[in-house]
Amino acid sequence: MLDRAATETAKDTATRRVRFRGAGFVPASSRFGGWIALALVIAIWQAAGSTGLVNPLFLPPPSAIARAIYQLAISGALWQHLSASLLRIGVGWLLGTAAGVAVGFAIGLSRLARSVGITFISALFPIPKIALLPLLILWLGIGEEPKIATIALGVFFSTAISVYSGVDAVPRNLIRMAQSFNVPFATIVRKVVWPGALPAILAGFRITSSVALLLVVSAEMIGAQYGIGAFVLQAGNLMQTDQLLAGVVILSVFGLMVGRVINWLEIRLLHWR
Amino acid sequence: MDLIANHITHRFGDLAVLDDVSFTVSAGEVVAIVGPSGCGKSTLLSILGGLLLPTSGAPELRGSPPPDSLNPLTFVFQDFALLPWANVEENVEFPLLHTQLSAVQRRALVDDALRRTGLTDFRKTYPKQLSGGMRQRVGISRALAARPAILLMDEPLSALDSQTRELLMEDFVRLLADGGMGAVYVTHNLEEAARLADRIVVLSRRPGRIREVVTVPMTRTERGEIAAREKLLALQSQIWSLIRNEAIDAEREVQHA
Repeated sequence: MLDRAATETAKDTATRRVRFRGAGFVPASSRFGGWIALALVIAIWQAAGSTGLVNPLFLPPPSAIARAIYQLAISGALWQHLSASLLRIGVGWLLGTAAGVAVGFAIGLSRLARSVGITFISALFPIPKIALLPLLILWLGIGEEPKIATIALGVFFSTAISVYSGVDAVPRNLIRMAQSFNVPFATIVRKVVWPGALPAILAGFRITSSVALLLVVSAEMIGAQYGIGAFVLQAGNLMQTDQLLAGVVILSVFGLMVGRVINWLEIRLLHWR
Repeated sequence: MDLIANHITHRFGDLAVLDDVSFTVSAGEVVAIVGPSGCGKSTLLSILGGLLLPTSGAPELRGSPPPDSLNPLTFVFQDFALLPWANVEENVEFPLLHTQLSAVQRRALVDDALRRTGLTDFRKTYPKQLSGGMRQRVGISRALAARPAILLMDEPLSALDSQTRELLMEDFVRLLADGGMGAVYVTHNLEEAARLADRIVVLSRRPGRIREVVTVPMTRTERGEIAAREKLLALQSQIWSLIRNEAIDAEREVQHA
């Protein structure tokens, strides 16, 4: 009886640490982790090719792809294909973005534009834009115009949607605040709505740059002599898989560079977040 | 310049929010509006400030605002409504951008407003870097820069902790001390109302009707003295007795909604 009481007293006075339960759910990326993983994959890939574990016809090693890119660069073919693609993407993206921003703002700010615009966008957005290329060729001829128009159309819808979603997301209290100071409509749009919608607009740019890349490759595969898409298709037809993958790597690098530019824009323009 | 609530009635669809509310805020006077939750206090303020059209009745102005007033009816918002992408200085300057003032004149007004609210050292700071109390100071500074005749304050302290509320209340007392600027002060806090207002409009439960208009029988300077505390507590108690039962009913209604 006495022993039990003594044990209980000892139990009551003994201390133990509270178990930490708050770990996890805070994924932080390490600075070099991604690069190390990439280097590891490339090394394994190279080793598999060099040892004959993988047939280079089906999957050429990274060194062969690098060699193909080098040869493309020194022969001038790389710039010929790349400049053709960049021109199409640049013009198509700019046209689609300009129209998408204008229409997105109109939908976000005007009741009439919203009721008309959303109906049309809902109906036309799901159409795969590349399916319209033959029709656009019929309308615009077989030059650059139908390819640029395809890219512009693809970019337009995504941009318009992200812009009017961004305008909708601008806190209403800020607009009311501006109205309470008799700030004119145009100034409210310029000083409140535009910066308030900018995070969504830049997020839209990230999507539309990928859309533009996808569409340029598709359009060039259907009907172009020059361009990265046309080059990848030709290489595939000739079973030149190292050339084919060289084209794919170039596309990947281009996508990464666009992503970097958008990151830079976000840091510069959205520093207040 | 007087601000008049002239038989204001408002409905949101089938929901009657305000019913025939009439009172006058004379030049330089501070009027607090109190009442149970959901009685239409903030709706009334939006109507008075021209941000919401009433179903019937109208807000009216009598007399001219001071000649240097850039925005006679100026709001101070509960949630501060600061532009997050603009620093303190740019936020305070925002209501002046569309006026005819030159950059030098705007700068002078901004400097004066920042000085009056103790924000001079924070002019390049962004809202996210400021505490709640400092953010509301920016909101007040922005309002002052527009040289209002009447400040329309919608629960300006309710999002803040008690110490910050106390400090800002002292700021309000100081800013309104000379009687050059009037105010309509919407609050659910009876202590704030008794501390700041010349008159307190007590609204009933929804639809809000005026139950009583209580005059605070001392100057704002006197209210800061220890001897006045008992009287102020008695006044709060009197107002609380007017709205207590309806506040309980309103609370139950909110819980069941």
